Amino acid sequence: MARKATATSAKTQPNAPQFTSEQDLDAFREMLLIRRFEEKAGQMYGMGLIGGFCHLYIGQEAVVTGITMASEKGKDAQITGYRDHGHMLVMGLDPKGVMAELTGRQGGLSKGKGGSMHMFSNEHRFYGGNGIVGAQVSLGTGLAFASKYKGDGSVSLAYFGDGAANQGQVYESFNMAKLWKLPVVFVIENNKYAMGTSIERAAATTDFSMRGASFDIPGEQVDGMDVRMVYDAAKRAIEHARSGNGPYILEMLTYRYRGHSMSDPAKYRSKDEVTKYRQERDPIEQVRARLLEAGVITEDDLKKIETDIRAVVTEAADFATNDPEPDASELWTDITIKA
Amino acid sequence: MPQILMPALSPTMEEGKLAKWLVKVGDSVKSGDVLAEIETDKATMEVESVDEGVVREILVAEGTEGVKVNTPIALVLAEGESAGAAPVKETAPEPAEAPVVAAEKANDAAPAAAVPAAPKFEAQADPDLPEGVEMVELTVRQALNEAMAEEMRANPDVFVMGEEVAEYQGAYKVTQGLLQEFGPQRVIDTPITEHGFAGLAVGAAFAGLKPIVEFMTWNFAMQAIDQIINSAAKQLYMSGGQVKAPMVFRGPNGVASRVGAQHSQDYSAWYSHVPGLTVIAPYSAADAKGLLKAAIRSPNPVVFLENEILYGSTGLVPKMDDFVLPIGKARIARKGADVTIVSFSMGMRYATQATEKLVAAGVDVELIDLRTLRPMDSDTVIESVKKTGRLVTVEEGWPQGGIGAELAARVMEQAFDYLDAPVLRVTGKDVPMPYAANLEKLALPHVDEVIAAVNAVTYRS
Repeated sequence: MARKATATSAKTQPNAPQFTSEQDLDAFREMLLIRRFEEKAGQMYGMGLIGGFCHLYIGQEAVVTGITMASEKGKDAQITGYRDHGHMLVMGLDPKGVMAELTGRQGGLSKGKGGSMHMFSNEHRFYGGNGIVGAQVSLGTGLAFASKYKGDGSVSLAYFGDGAANQGQVYESFNMAKLWKLPVVFVIENNKYAMGTSIERAAATTDFSMRGASFDIPGEQVDGMDVRMVYDAAKRAIEHARSGNGPYILEMLTYRYRGHSMSDPAKYRSKDEVTKYRQERDPIEQVRARLLEAGVITEDDLKKIETDIRAVVTEAADFATNDPEPDASELWTDITIKA
Repeated sequence: MPQILMPALSPTMEEGKLAKWLVKVGDSVKSGDVLAEIETDKATMEVESVDEGVVREILVAEGTEGVKVNTPIALVLAEGESAGAAPVKETAPEPAEAPVVAAEKANDAAPAAAVPAAPKFEAQADPDLPEGVEMVELTVRQALNEAMAEEMRANPDVFVMGEEVAEYQGAYKVTQGLLQEFGPQRVIDTPITEHGFAGLAVGAAFAGLKPIVEFMTWNFAMQAIDQIINSAAKQLYMSGGQVKAPMVFRGPNGVASRVGAQHSQDYSAWYSHVPGLTVIAPYSAADAKGLLKAAIRSPNPVVFLENEILYGSTGLVPKMDDFVLPIGKARIARKGADVTIVSFSMGMRYATQATEKLVAAGVDVELIDLRTLRPMDSDTVIESVKKTGRLVTVEEGWPQGGIGAELAARVMEQAFDYLDAPVLRVTGKDVPMPYAANLEKLALPHVDEVIAAVNAVTYRS
């Protein structure tokens, strides 16, 4: 049942589904926004403007971009762990609100009370932003339960990493999702390292697409660095879930360029490994090359897009730097709702 | 004009060594290029460029130790940007005036701002019962069952899930008949998978449903406590008020009978510790019904602690279409002037029996049933202690950090001058629950212990 991608796929997939120029341009813009936003967040962390933990999504942009392109915005729910900035940007949340949450300011999406790992939007159906590894898998299964209970036709997209894939509640959730045929797509973002522990040192079997086998949940390994492959697999998985066939597992073979969090020097992997991914597999460069090759766009056009995105990121950073901290009275709000 | 600043790699880093430059003056750099390596006592890390341009000047030589965070270390000019636009410092670089947020000053001696006063929870009084209302005798089990059935009839978003709640009709028969009335879509048997189904239910609540999660006992909810606290209780706060978790976690809590250490434990104090949760532990059948209905209607996550031994006990419940009690309001079970006894749930059985004997012996006891543990109605307790000058607390849980300990602290803080004797606690003993019948009996609180404590605080012994 499970399809396989070759884990060592070359720079371009000969059998990759084709994108229209519009799709390529969309993907390029979304991924570049994430990349530039995260680089800025890294810089602001270095300046002491962002505190605590800060997990950057650089390198993994194609995963959330391709899946979101294949989903119904505003209808399908998404939930992820703590590496969540990219998900919010692609789902259309305001970059200013995201950045201001990172700096803990009143204009942040959670009024500055959540931080990097805790942001949400009922309107966009984004349910976080969860700091406990694996918790989002049960929660995401619950979002799918609600979808089926209400019969609203939405699908829940629950993202988690290769590290979370070893948590017990993941399998409790797989079992219930299949038992009750819940419309959920489990997206395993396999970036090869759970913090500093490689998958080979943490997992008895490293083919995570097979982790649903004992529950008869179909799974695919997907080249998560090629946004077209991600989109194509996500279309299939979402359609499967939406038509009442129950859960589906997508293992996205991806890579994070930065450390686990800002304070991780990433000494557990070689510089060559990182360089190889950046130079040969970069999700943004793949799209840029395609766009130029197709001749639908010039270097100048791309530069213009870059400039526009930089402006958006700069505006977000300025807002997040100058917006005031939450009022002291916010200490006591939002604990419980008055009945 | 971008200055490259010495970055902090963690919130605690103040300075580091500029170990190596990987670019030189004149090099073109773009976003993501590694510019330099820096070292701290913990690690070596790379400084990446965020901007695009040409390296104009290196301000700190490689090998320099003790470079303060936020010191400019290089100048990178964008293409077309003139060097004249950048005032290059000739003296040794000073740390730039980077904005520092208040949080970064957390270690300073003075607090960032005065702590605003916590809002006070105002509990409502119990509703007046209609004149001549019929009172019917129900078991606690029936009362809980009626509460769920009535709320499920009223709101299609309410559903029950848990182990053996449907076809088996409930491990303790609290959900009896619900499957027959509401069907398997709304009365859902789960696999034995507390962590998973608790999390699933929280997710369903995020999406707008109102789950009632039955734990076969609260002992098994230890598997799920992360989802109860980290996901349900904190969600509203972490989301700045956006995402709600309106739901009830319920099931038998406390000591059953001869089931040993892992199945006999009182979680009252545990959950009452957590902001964001509402914690209810009723004793009487009427309170069980009125408070469970309130819990199901609550927009907040509610931990509803029942008691297996009390399921079969009976009490009078008003026969009304909609009997709902206020959350957060204690009930004065007996008015008195000599001593205050405060308890809840199963502890009320010991307290009530002790009160009967004490009253017979001439002690005018005021007996208070907390009913809700969070928010705790300390006003009622404080008012009582101001009158009696004496307080004895009764609970099945362990003494350290218990409900009695909390009550003692509040009374000491708010009614110290009114106390005529130290507050005494009657609790479960500070041991895991033993199996042997005689030892189990010793481990539990006793009516005699309550009487002895009252005698001590009234100086009658």
